[in-house]
Order: sequence, then structure tokens, then C-alpha cells
Amino acid sequence: MAHLDETTANERTLMRQTPATAEAQTANARLARKMRRRGEESRFWWLVPTIYIIFLMLPIYWLVNMSFKNNQEILGAFSLWPRNPTLANYAVIFNDPSWYRGYINSIIYVVMNTVISVAVALPAAYAFSRYRFLGDKHLFFWLLTNRMAPPAVFALPFFQLYSAFGLIDTHIAVALAHCLFNVPLAVWILEGFMSGVPKEIDETAYIDGYSFPRFFLRIFMPLIASGVGVACFFCFMFSWVELLIARTLTTTAAKPIAAIMTRTVSASGLDWGVLAAAGVLTILPGALVIWFVRNYIAKGFALGRV
Amino acid sequence: MERTWNNKAWFMVLPVLLLVAFSAIIPLMTVVNYSVQDTFGNNVFFWAGSEWFEEILHSDRFWEAMGRNLVFSAIILIIEIPLGIFIALNMPKKGWGVPVCLVLMALPLLIPWNVVGTIWQVFGRVDIGLLGYSLRALGFDYNYVNDPFDAWVTVIVMDVWHWTSLVVLLCYAGLVSIPDAYYQAAKIDGASRWAIFRYIQLPKMNRVLLIAVLLRFMDSFMIYTEPFVVTGGGPGNTTTFLSIDLVKLAIGEFNLGEAAAMSIVYFLIIMLLSWVFYTVMTAYDAER
Repeated sequence: MAHLDETTANERTLMRQTPATAEAQTANARLARKMRRRGEESRFWWLVPTIYIIFLMLPIYWLVNMSFKNNQEILGAFSLWPRNPTLANYAVIFNDPSWYRGYINSIIYVVMNTVISVAVALPAAYAFSRYRFLGDKHLFFWLLTNRMAPPAVFALPFFQLYSAFGLIDTHIAVALAHCLFNVPLAVWILEGFMSGVPKEIDETAYIDGYSFPRFFLRIFMPLIASGVGVACFFCFMFSWVELLIARTLTTTAAKPIAAIMTRTVSASGLDWGVLAAAGVLTILPGALVIWFVRNYIAKGFALGRV
Repeated sequence: MERTWNNKAWFMVLPVLLLVAFSAIIPLMTVVNYSVQDTFGNNVFFWAGSEWFEEILHSDRFWEAMGRNLVFSAIILIIEIPLGIFIALNMPKKGWGVPVCLVLMALPLLIPWNVVGTIWQVFGRVDIGLLGYSLRALGFDYNYVNDPFDAWVTVIVMDVWHWTSLVVLLCYAGLVSIPDAYYQAAKIDGASRWAIFRYIQLPKMNRVLLIAVLLRFMDSFMIYTEPFVVTGGGPGNTTTFLSIDLVKLAIGEFNLGEAAAMSIVYFLIIMLLSWVFYTVMTAYDAER
């Protein structure tokens, strides 16, 4: 950074020397504007993001489009938008307990998982970010391997483990199983945020006579509030999108919406409108809260390391 | 940050340790258990040694699934990484476009994986899907259900659709951290667009890029739900990747010994990659 400071210093002296005529100032401003625009030099910089976003939105649009059609229209005439928009597909879902219970089940175990994961991850992340202790690096690495573990490896052993405890088809079973990848995720994300808080704050608080729990709740938590929010969001998201483990551990009472959807595809097979409506409803939770975490999405996916 | 040595910190880590031990170590021990034993049913097990490992390492089926998965991961990386960089370079740096781009681009990342499968299953159908119907109308003989090549193209395009945004967002995070002064210096030196990319942007991005490559490799290496929903591993076995094969072996055929041995081989590969990831991350943290 030293040479950069030097350049700015040079620039400053340079500016002082130039006569501050109006002409020179406009020229300076023009140069500055040009410099700022570099990276978007061509006038068509917006073209690439636009094309990419259209590519992303088309399949989603198609699903939404289908969810407003009835089956005759879907299978009959090919149309780019619903000719006779109908809410019948959504009505099916909201009136049939075997459908809407799927959403309730998913939300129950996802919320349980988020609460458990973040609650146990908070002290651990604090320990990793502030202290060195015996085996800390190994432990941190071991957590990572669990985040990277393929769910397929764990599906069968999970089934046997939770059968042994009589927990099959309960929400808590899925919530605990999802801790496999969500606890490491929460620890890594929170550690990333906590390491950004200077240690002097802790020390000052202790000198001021704060006890650890009081310091943690009253001073530290507000400082990493956004980190906690991001960790919650990502735990929620990864538990919400997972299917394999959730499906293996449930039969009827706690069956997630994702599993109910796949069953409908294979069994009755052709109710495309309802399938599309169910799909749209699973996208909504993510779409609703994404605005609040937009600046942290990269950080969350990269385990707090961007 | 300078961290103080304090072994009492173990008490803060203990809940995590217990929880993850319950959901990781016990299941893994079951897997190890199965991988070295054989059974004729009735819960009677006897020692099988390395038999299952030899069987899995000599089975064509395992190596074919592994090969398919490696080819898949390679194609994914070759497409998604350059595409992600290219899009990140063209993202707006300020103004109302930034949040709009971030939110819209992140949307596919937040869709449940089986719904991603469903979306593309429907989108690619030749009778009711926009993609399949349009391709047919344009005269392509497209059918992802019967044609292995079309099935591969569909699965790859689906993954590009699903995950390229991750690369974009990571690269973008790297790009916005470059101070304006760097660009001003380049401008004064009369650097070309390519030189700016090669000597300013790429070096600043290379850590995020490493993270992106590793994450994309890992996640594509254990992909299960999306191709399972779209193609079910078919036509034939042509899109049966490692995870799909493993679940078939364990739950479909209930071949526990072989499935367990395969799990362990699979897990060891993942461990190795995690170690690379960890080394990169800690090197990055040390520099921070």
C-alpha cells in the first residue's frame, strides 16, 4: 500500500501546482469520469448481465407459467403465457393436508435445525476466532470435511442410527441429521464475521467489569448481528434444499414437501400444474429473504471466507 | 489476529463436538463396520477384511461411475469458471444495477435441488417444455429421455444454470475489493483491457477463484438430486454419477458391504480435497 499512498500524495502536489482554471478543472473531471467508467468501457456492458439473467429466468418463468395453467392447457396447445390463468393448482395444495403438511413439516425441521446449528456454533466460532487451544486446527478442518461430505454416504447409516433411537419419521431426526453440514457451515461463517471484530473490544469490556455471558450478549452479539443473520439464512437454505437425507429419514408424519413432490411425479405422473405450483411455493422462501442478504451471498457460500 | 492460548476454550467447542460426533462419527463408524464384515442376514456378521474394498476397486461399475463423475466435474469447471469470470467482469460496479443483478443471479442458488431437477425436467420436455419444444421446432432431434448425449447436455446446462452464479458472485466480491487507485495507475500507464485483466484483476481474484474451483468441484463430485430427478441416472447408466450409484447400491440393492467400502473410498477422496481447500483458506486468512 505504501507506493499507493505515494501516488496519491504525488497527485495532490501535482494538483496544487496546476493553475486552478475552470478549463483544467473540467478536464480533470472528464478524466476522472473516464477512469471511473473503466471496466465498463463499451456502451454495451449491460448486455452480458442481461442475457445471463434472461437465461436464468426463463426456466423459472416456465414453471410459474405452468403453475397458472390447468392440465388440458399444459398438455394441449403450446403457449408462452397462460391463456386462462387459474389458481386451481394452488387451491389443490392449500386444501389438501397431504400437500400442505409437507410445507409445515419442512418448515418445522428447518427452523429446528437453524436454531440448533446457530446456537451451538456461536460459542464454538468465538473460541476459534479468539483462542488457540489443543487441536484447534484439526477440529476446524474436521468440521470442514463434514460440510463437504456427500449426503449419499450418510443416508443409510443415518437411517440405522435413528431407527435404533426410535426417531425415524420425526422432525428432530431430520433437524439433527442436517446438523452434519449446517453446524460446520455456521461455525465457519460466524468465525469469518467474528474475526472481523477487533479483539480490543473484548479486552476493554473485561476491564470494564463485564462478565463473559453479559459481554457476549450485550456487546458482542450486536456487533456480529449481520453475521448471525447470514448464518441463519444459510442454515435455513441448505436445510431447505436438501432432499436425500430428509427423504430417507421420514415416511409420513414428517415427510418434507420435496419428497411429496417426487412421489407425485412417479405415481400419478401427470398432474403437471400442481407439481409446478408446489415447485413455485418452494422457491418463495428463498426469494422473499434474499434481498436482505444480497451483499453476503458470496460470503455465505464461501463459508465466510471472501 | 493474535489469538491467546487457552485450553478452556474447549468447553465452548464441546457442544459442536458432541453434536457433530453424533451426526458424523457414529454413522461413519457404522460404515466402517459394514465395510469389513459380511453377513448372511439375521444380524450375524463375520470378518471380511479387505474383501469389499478389493471388490469395489476391481468393479467396472465403480470405475465407470467415477469416470463419468470426473468427466462431468471437468466439463462443469471448464464452462462455469470462465463464464463466471466473464459475467463478473461485466457486472455493474455501482448504481441500482448492482442489487438487482445480485438478487436475480443468486435466485437459482436458493432453489431446492429437487425443484431444480423438476424445473429442467419440465423445461426440457419435447411436448410441454419451452426448451424441448423450441429445439424440436428448430429441427433438432432432441430427447433427453432416450438419447445419452442429450441427457448429458441437459444435465450440464442445468448445472451451469444452477451454479454459475456462485462463481459470478465470488469473482464479483474479489473484483469490488480492488481499489480504484490501481485502475487509475493502469490508465496513466496506458494499459490495455487485457493487461488490466491479466495483471490487476486476475491476481486479485485468484484466491476467490480457488475457492470457487474447489467448491464447484466438490459439489459437482457429490451431485445427486438434480440428475436423479431429471434422468434418474439414465438412459441406461449414462448419467449415473457416484452418489446415484452409491444410493442404488446401498438402498436399492441393499448391498451393504460394497456400498460401505465405496463410501469410504468416496469419503477419502473428499477428505483429500477438503484438505486442499483448508490449506488455501488458512493461507488466505494468514495473509488477511
